[in-house]
Amino acid sequence: MGSNSLHVLKGINFDVKEGELVSIMGSSGSGKSTLLNILGMLDEADSGEYILDNVPIKNLNEKIAAKYRNEFLGFIFQSFNLINYKSALDNVSMPLYYKGIKRKERTEKAMHYLEKVGLAEWSHHLPSELSGGQKQRVAIARALASDPKVLLADEPTGALDTKTSYEVMELIQGINDDGKTILVVTHEDDIAHMTKRIVNLKDGLIIDDSPVQQVRASVHV
Amino acid sequence: MFSRDRWDEILEALNANKFRTLLTAFGVFWGITILVLLLALTNGLKNGVTADFGDFATNSMFMWTQGTSKPYKGLPKGRYFNYKVDDIAALKSEIPNLKYVSPRNQLGGYNGANNVVRGTKTGAFEIYGDYPEYIKQQPMDILQGRFISYSDIEAKRKICVIGTGVVKGLYDKDEDVLGTYIKVNGVNFLVVGTFKMSNSQGDGEQDASTIYMPFSTFGQAFNRGDNVGWMAITAIDGVSITTLKQQVFDLMKSRHKVHPDDDRAIGHFDLSEQFERINGLFSILTLVGYFVGALVLMSGIIGISNIMLIVVKERTKEIGVRRALGASPWSIKSQILQESLILTILSGMLGISFAAFVIWIMNTILDNAGPVENFANPSVSMQVVFTALIILVVSGVLAGLIPANSATKMKPVDALRID
Repeated sequence: MGSNSLHVLKGINFDVKEGELVSIMGSSGSGKSTLLNILGMLDEADSGEYILDNVPIKNLNEKIAAKYRNEFLGFIFQSFNLINYKSALDNVSMPLYYKGIKRKERTEKAMHYLEKVGLAEWSHHLPSELSGGQKQRVAIARALASDPKVLLADEPTGALDTKTSYEVMELIQGINDDGKTILVVTHEDDIAHMTKRIVNLKDGLIIDDSPVQQVRASVHV
Repeated sequence: MFSRDRWDEILEALNANKFRTLLTAFGVFWGITILVLLLALTNGLKNGVTADFGDFATNSMFMWTQGTSKPYKGLPKGRYFNYKVDDIAALKSEIPNLKYVSPRNQLGGYNGANNVVRGTKTGAFEIYGDYPEYIKQQPMDILQGRFISYSDIEAKRKICVIGTGVVKGLYDKDEDVLGTYIKVNGVNFLVVGTFKMSNSQGDGEQDASTIYMPFSTFGQAFNRGDNVGWMAITAIDGVSITTLKQQVFDLMKSRHKVHPDDDRAIGHFDLSEQFERINGLFSILTLVGYFVGALVLMSGIIGISNIMLIVVKERTKEIGVRRALGASPWSIKSQILQESLILTILSGMLGISFAAFVIWIMNTILDNAGPVENFANPSVSMQVVFTALIILVVSGVLAGLIPANSATKMKPVDALRID
């Protein structure tokens, strides 16, 4: 909205293959969130190209962007961003609603994913009745619900204590084990080491991009 | 567009802050209540005022003679003349658009000297000589017997039809009226029927103290010959008497040797014109009702618009999340639009119902307390209700338009960043 533009990313070039679990690290202001927003089609790059599953993502109007987000992407936020007057189940079925899936099928699918994150019996609770970890697991179920190609997690453990963080990471690792591509933005070293590859950003440039030996979260739990 | 899911969404959103929703809805509720009540009151006033016209066929005029003001064909000015019975036939044949032409004569008057006697009882009544058509111009309910017929006119029968006031004045309770004789100015008349005015208000007593007798009998009995006192002329439906009256005047002038430009020779009262004038007045009052009601409603609408803006602001983040999950801008917009639409329509319907309830109470009180001058039966037609509903729908959309646009104005990424 401001007229003064700020160049946050100054030339980023990297590929993520299907089934990868990548963490993007960097101090605040390094551009990791901007990168994630561009990948999430919430924001658009001034220049450059972004190809997702052989589909060039460009010249998006909001309508198409919404469709792509719904089909290709699942978001996990630091502050969960559940809708507070909807039950866990309704929250999870929301992307399916926007996909245009019928109520019955939607509820079934949403229930399936809630089971997957281990919250089946909490399906009718409001977010305010859930703990932080549970909320994040509902959010993960929601991100998975529309069966997206990529999960984008922005500081998924940023608002959680260590133990809960590891539980959430264990869940994320499990989902990755099933073959889902996941990008995690984090500034916590231990979380980053639970992924398979760390991309390090500084001042809008990639300063390091290397695979790591994955630490299973289950070891810590 | 209105799927069950959408309903759930909207109801959830409205339920999320019940008290605020209620307060917001009250603005529109109140606006539409006032709109409907204003129109109902206008209507009540109109009903009351037009009731004074009675049921008399409104497309009518009355016409009488006055002295001529211009000399013509050797006749001096200041000459008096009378319409004659054969003028009626001439009018009917020359001007086919006239529905009824009733010549009338009158004897006595309201509050005049006693002119009717029956046995030991006397009374002062209005006595008219009339044609059978008159009952079609001035609807009356025949309570007993019949009204005047053409055979009465031809045979010059000495019969009469009397109003309820006459019955009350000349007869004992439960006394048989039909078949009795009353003496009018010394001439006996057989009573063949009684009547009351179909829908009279105000002048009821005068109307009921009236005696009708055949025009021809009247002329003979009271020495009027075939002179006509005045005429009550009604035009056919769809043709205004106001447009026909000049033809009538011209014909009368030529038949009675009156100068064609002598407008003072013929006096008339155009009921239709008066009625139109009053109708025009009430059209304006109705318009004022709509205008004032709409203005009050508008403040309610602005209230809804206002609260929807706040709702959008409050839910900026939620809207951001929804868009991240794949909600298209249109689906967000239509959600906000529908929320405001439903809030408007629901509160509006409640307002209409409440106004209907108030109108019902007013009518009940009016019914119990008896007629009030110039006010009767406040009510609104279904047409008004539908108009009000259309106003509501339009204003609901208008109320939601600005908030709906502002809901999608912010980029999702910015919306998500808000705490």
